[in-house]
Amino acid sequence: MIDYQFTEEQIMIRDLCRKIAQEKISPIAKDLDEKSEFPSEIMKLLGESDLFRVFIPEAYEGFIKTKFGGLLNLCIATEELSRVCGGIAVCYAASALGTFPIILYGNEEQKKKYLPDLASGKTLAAFALTEPEAGSDASNIKTQAKREGDFYILNGTKHFITNGGEASVYVVIAMTDPKKGARGASAFIIEKGTPGFSFGKKEDKLGIRASVTRELIFSDCKIPKENLLGKEGMGFVITMKTFDISRPGVAAQAVGIAQGALDLTIRYAKERVQFGRSIFSFQGIQFMLADTATEIEAARSLVYSVAKTIDSGKLDIAKESAMAKLFASDVAMRVTTDCVQIFGGYGYMKDYPIEKYMRDAKITQIYEGTNQIQRNIIALQLIKEALK
Amino acid sequence: MDIVVCIKQVPDTTQEIKIDPKTNTLIREGVKSIINPFDMYAIEESVRLKEKYSGKVTVISMGPPQAEEALREAISLGCDEAILITDKTLAGSDTFVTSYVLACAIQKLKNYDLIICGKQASDGDTAQVGPGVSAHLDIPQVTYVKKIEEIKEGIARFQRMTEEGYEVIEVFLPALITVVKEINEPRLASLKGLIRAKQININRWTRKDLNLLPEDIGLKGSPTQVIKIFTPSRRLGGEILQGEVDQIIERLVEVLKREL
Repeated sequence: MIDYQFTEEQIMIRDLCRKIAQEKISPIAKDLDEKSEFPSEIMKLLGESDLFRVFIPEAYEGFIKTKFGGLLNLCIATEELSRVCGGIAVCYAASALGTFPIILYGNEEQKKKYLPDLASGKTLAAFALTEPEAGSDASNIKTQAKREGDFYILNGTKHFITNGGEASVYVVIAMTDPKKGARGASAFIIEKGTPGFSFGKKEDKLGIRASVTRELIFSDCKIPKENLLGKEGMGFVITMKTFDISRPGVAAQAVGIAQGALDLTIRYAKERVQFGRSIFSFQGIQFMLADTATEIEAARSLVYSVAKTIDSGKLDIAKESAMAKLFASDVAMRVTTDCVQIFGGYGYMKDYPIEKYMRDAKITQIYEGTNQIQRNIIALQLIKEALK
Repeated sequence: MDIVVCIKQVPDTTQEIKIDPKTNTLIREGVKSIINPFDMYAIEESVRLKEKYSGKVTVISMGPPQAEEALREAISLGCDEAILITDKTLAGSDTFVTSYVLACAIQKLKNYDLIICGKQASDGDTAQVGPGVSAHLDIPQVTYVKKIEEIKEGIARFQRMTEEGYEVIEVFLPALITVVKEINEPRLASLKGLIRAKQININRWTRKDLNLLPEDIGLKGSPTQVIKIFTPSRRLGGEILQGEVDQIIERLVEVLKREL
């Protein structure tokens, strides 16, 4: 096994998450997936276990001694949880996604107001950018925030929002100056329960079904101007910077899903007998498993390296962060498909847990920027670097 | 409220265990050590009481130096202080001596309102140490507690599990209780707890710290003698007598005469 030089604390995080995943998540994962039910009890437990503190600064009741950090902590936790259930893991990681912009761009009052409860797990966060007409083309968002005196009035609809309805704190991107296009977007912190803010359709998804994906509807939603995050016009900068640091989290989810699928498949291949011997003894299967294990380790190494780089204070990491997300999610999709193949006909049946991994893996190639968008980001950086 | 929890480190028999066919004893190599599962409920209950009434939880264990690991785990679960009673002269102590030594340690602590133990240890299964401690300290004991109903003004009311139901028992504090698994669902350690457990200093008390005489402890002080440990032979199936009652009685008497 590669020694990734974890700190003592990181080993604790890994072991604790593994224990929670095996003892508490494993028995209920299938049921929550079938019913598409949000894992409230598990989120409460993750909070009590201090696992939301691992990416929040000490000054706001987290464990991080620097202004920003704990990304490797988050990746370790997300990977371990994903190994057992990719759906539950994303409820956790999505709260980090909603928390990051507040850590990075929040002023002191905002941080003091929101971060301690997010650190304890008392509240969950969510990040809302996507709209029906604005997916990869994020600059096409239509949600508007009009300034009226000391308030902003929001109108519009966000959709496909992870933790929608369950989170208490939402970072929402809306246009404050539509004429300026992408430069006219701003970020706002909006609390659940604000008049004019309601929840719409709950999506019925292929995978990560334990997580909730929902519409946010703003209809003359009046929020105080103090809820503006950063400055007007910074909405897209905040979004891009947030994604740069959150993408390793998605990559870690992908690594966890792939590893979990491999764990199950090795066990199955050893037990499954065909032609009078275990299918593990066939070279065709051995090579598939060897390739799988190699790809997962390569993905893991990339994810950890990027996370460590961010933790060291280098936040200008768009290209590498995109690479980690792109590579790990493609590995997860390929690996889980191969694992279903090794399970054969049984793998296609819901009686066996492996098909869930394949369903859960797919989203990692799509959300927080499709893998095509990741390639755009990487290519753009390559050109920029070449022109330097 | 000051609470003392007594715990024991035992081999993890919740996993597959192996018995040495020659000695008929447990093969300990490669077997993980854990906190006696019943003691986990005692730890949880003590931490819940502390959260409810405030106060301090001290966890005590008598055992070899490696039992420190079990105490650290107890700290990670919310106990405040830990004491390991460890001394070579204590080796071979039976339940009488163990409960005596624990009682001496608790006396040395001076302040305690409630002592909580698991109902028994998963290795010895005697269920004697808890009651033994209360006898040595001359305080009330309530065994098999499944619920703490109320603690008020120096009086505590417990539900004590019986085979048919439960009894409600009130005692003056300080008192000792042993708890059953029905009492709570133990929590997992938090990261804060784990970090604290890693850093905390575990107090070590030896025979001298407790002013114990060598002849009172260890193998010498233990009245219990283990003659033999063996796996009992399988019981054969019984015989069911059928027919008229009078005939059955006659037949039964015959069988009993023969067997006795």
